[in-house]
Amino acid sequence: MSGVLATAICEFRIALRNRWVSIATGMMVLFALVLAAAGSAPTGDVSVDRLSVTVASLTSLAVYLVPLLALLMSFDAVAGEVERGTLPLLLTYPVSRLQILLGKLVAHLAILGLAAALGYGAAALVAVWSDPGALQGLGSLWRLIWSSVLLGATFLGAGYALSSLARRPSGAAGLAIALWLVAVVLYDLALLALIVSDGGGTFTTQALPLALLANPADAFRVFNLSAAEAVAAAGGIGGAAGAIPLWQSAASLLVWPLAAIALAVAAFRRVTP
Amino acid sequence: MTPTLTISRLTKAFPGRAEAGFPFGKARRQRIQAVEALKQVSLTLEAGKRAALLGHNGAGKSTMMKIVLGLIPFDSGEVSVCGARPGSPAARTSVAYLPENVAFHPALTGEEQVRHYLSLRGEDPRQAMEILARVGLASAARRRIGTYSKGMRQRVGLAQTLIGRPRLLVLDEPTSGLDPVSRRDFYDLLDGLAAEGTAILLSSHVLTEVEARTDRILILSGGALVAEGTLAELRARAALPVSLLVRPAPGHAARLAMAFPEGSQDGDGLLRLACTQAEKLPLLARIATLGTAVADLDVIPPSLEDIYSHFSRRDGQ
Repeated sequence: MSGVLATAICEFRIALRNRWVSIATGMMVLFALVLAAAGSAPTGDVSVDRLSVTVASLTSLAVYLVPLLALLMSFDAVAGEVERGTLPLLLTYPVSRLQILLGKLVAHLAILGLAAALGYGAAALVAVWSDPGALQGLGSLWRLIWSSVLLGATFLGAGYALSSLARRPSGAAGLAIALWLVAVVLYDLALLALIVSDGGGTFTTQALPLALLANPADAFRVFNLSAAEAVAAAGGIGGAAGAIPLWQSAASLLVWPLAAIALAVAAFRRVTP
Repeated sequence: MTPTLTISRLTKAFPGRAEAGFPFGKARRQRIQAVEALKQVSLTLEAGKRAALLGHNGAGKSTMMKIVLGLIPFDSGEVSVCGARPGSPAARTSVAYLPENVAFHPALTGEEQVRHYLSLRGEDPRQAMEILARVGLASAARRRIGTYSKGMRQRVGLAQTLIGRPRLLVLDEPTSGLDPVSRRDFYDLLDGLAAEGTAILLSSHVLTEVEARTDRILILSGGALVAEGTLAELRARAALPVSLLVRPAPGHAARLAMAFPEGSQDGDGLLRLACTQAEKLPLLARIATLGTAVADLDVIPPSLEDIYSHFSRRDGQ
C-alpha cells in the first residue's frame, strides 16, 4: 500500500510540474463553460430543471474529453520510463509492477477527478445562478463526476497497456490517438450507419444495446442519460439509452476499468527493462 | 556463513532478434544468430567483500548484473541473492542497484527523488537531505534533476543505493562521470559500507582505481569468467615478465652491455631487461655486483592493463 501511495504522490508532483493538472482542469472548465452558455437555449420546451439539461450536454462533452485526457496522461506512463532509462532502477525496488501501475492510476485519476469536478462545477454554477430550481439536478451532477472518473480509469488502463506494448512514447502516442478515434468517434459513426441501413430492424432492437454496452464511452453516455431520465434532451445515439436497463450500463461502467487495468498489468509484466 | 551472492553455472543467451540492428552493419547476420551473453559463470560473494567485474563492452557484465537483480530471466544455472530468488520481494529488499548511465525524471528535484526512493523502501523520507549530504549534493538538493550535470546525476544514483542497509550493492560503472576526487570519496563510502557487512559487486573500466579498492577481481570475456582472484593472484597466474631498466654510470655503458648480453640497450645506454618473477631477485643480485657502474635501477612490474589484456584477449581481436 505504501508503494502505491508513494508512487501516486510522486506522479502527482510530476503532473503538477508538467502542467498536466492545469491543462486538464483548464480544458474541462473551458469546454464546460462554453457548453453551459450554448446549452441554455433548449430549456424552454423541456420539462426538467436547468442543471439536468446542462448535465446532459456535459455528458456528450465528457464522452470525448475524458477519454482524450486519460489517454494523453497515460500514454507516456511506461514508454516514458523505458525511454528515460528510469525503469530498470525502479524495478529493482521492493515494489511490484501492479503497485507501480496502481500508483500512477491513483495520481492520474485524482487529476481527472479534480478536472471533472471543477469543470462540471463551473457549468453547474452557471446553471444554478440563472435558475435556482436547478439545485434538484445536483444528484445527476454528482453521478456525472464519479462516472467520468470510472470512464477515465478505463482509458487510463488502456493507455498504460498501449504504453507497455509500444515501449516508445511516439509509438504509444500514435496508438492512443488511434484508440480514441476508434472507441469514441468511429464506433458511433459505424453504429449510426448500421441503424440507418437497418431501418428499425433486428440490428436496432437486438444488437444495438449490446454494441452500446460493449463500448465504455457509450455505456457512460447511456448510463448518465438514462439515470437522469434526460434521454429526451439528448439526440443521436443517446436516444437509444431508454432501451437499456440502468443496471446494465452501470455494470459495463464498472467492469471496463477493471478489465482495462488487468490488461495494463499483463502488458506491463511483459516489459523487460 | 552463507554467501550474500551465489551464482553457479549461469548461462544466458539472447535470441538473435533482440540484438538485431544493434551493431548496425551486422544487423542481418545477427538476426539469425542467438547471442550467448553468459556461459557457465560461477562465483560467490561473501558479506563485506568487494568484487570488481572487468571486461570489454559486451563481455556480459551488465547482463550478469541484471540477472542478479532479477530484471531479466536466465536460461540455466542457479542464482541465489541473500538466500532468495533474484527479483523476489525478499531479494529486492536487500539489494541496491546503480545502473550504468543512471537517469531520473527531470522534473523532480534531487531531494524529491530521494524521498520517493526512501518511501518505496519503507524508510522515513526525512532522511533525504542527510543521504544527499553524504554524496556531497546537499546544496543542489532543491534544484530539478533536469539541471544537473552527469556527475551530479551519478551522485543521486549513489545516494539512492545508501538507502536502508542493503546487504548487496550492484554498481554498474559507478564512477563514470565522476572527477578523481569524487571517485576517491565514493570508494571511501564503499569501504564504510563493506566494513558494515555489505557485499559489493561493481563493474569498471578504470583498472587502476579497482586495483586498490577491491578485494577480488573477476574478468569476463565473451560471456565466460576467464580469471578470478586478488590482484596478486592474477599477477602470479599471468606470469608476465617483469621489466628492469638499468641506467649506467657515465662511461660504463659498454661494460653493462657486456655483462648482460640478453638485454637491449638504447642510444643513451639505458639497458632494458626482462625476466620472470622467479628470476627477478637473482637478476637484481647480478646487477648489484656491478657496483658503481650502475647509476640507477627501475623495476617495472606488469601493469594492470597488461594483466587484464592477458586474460581477456578475445579470439580474432
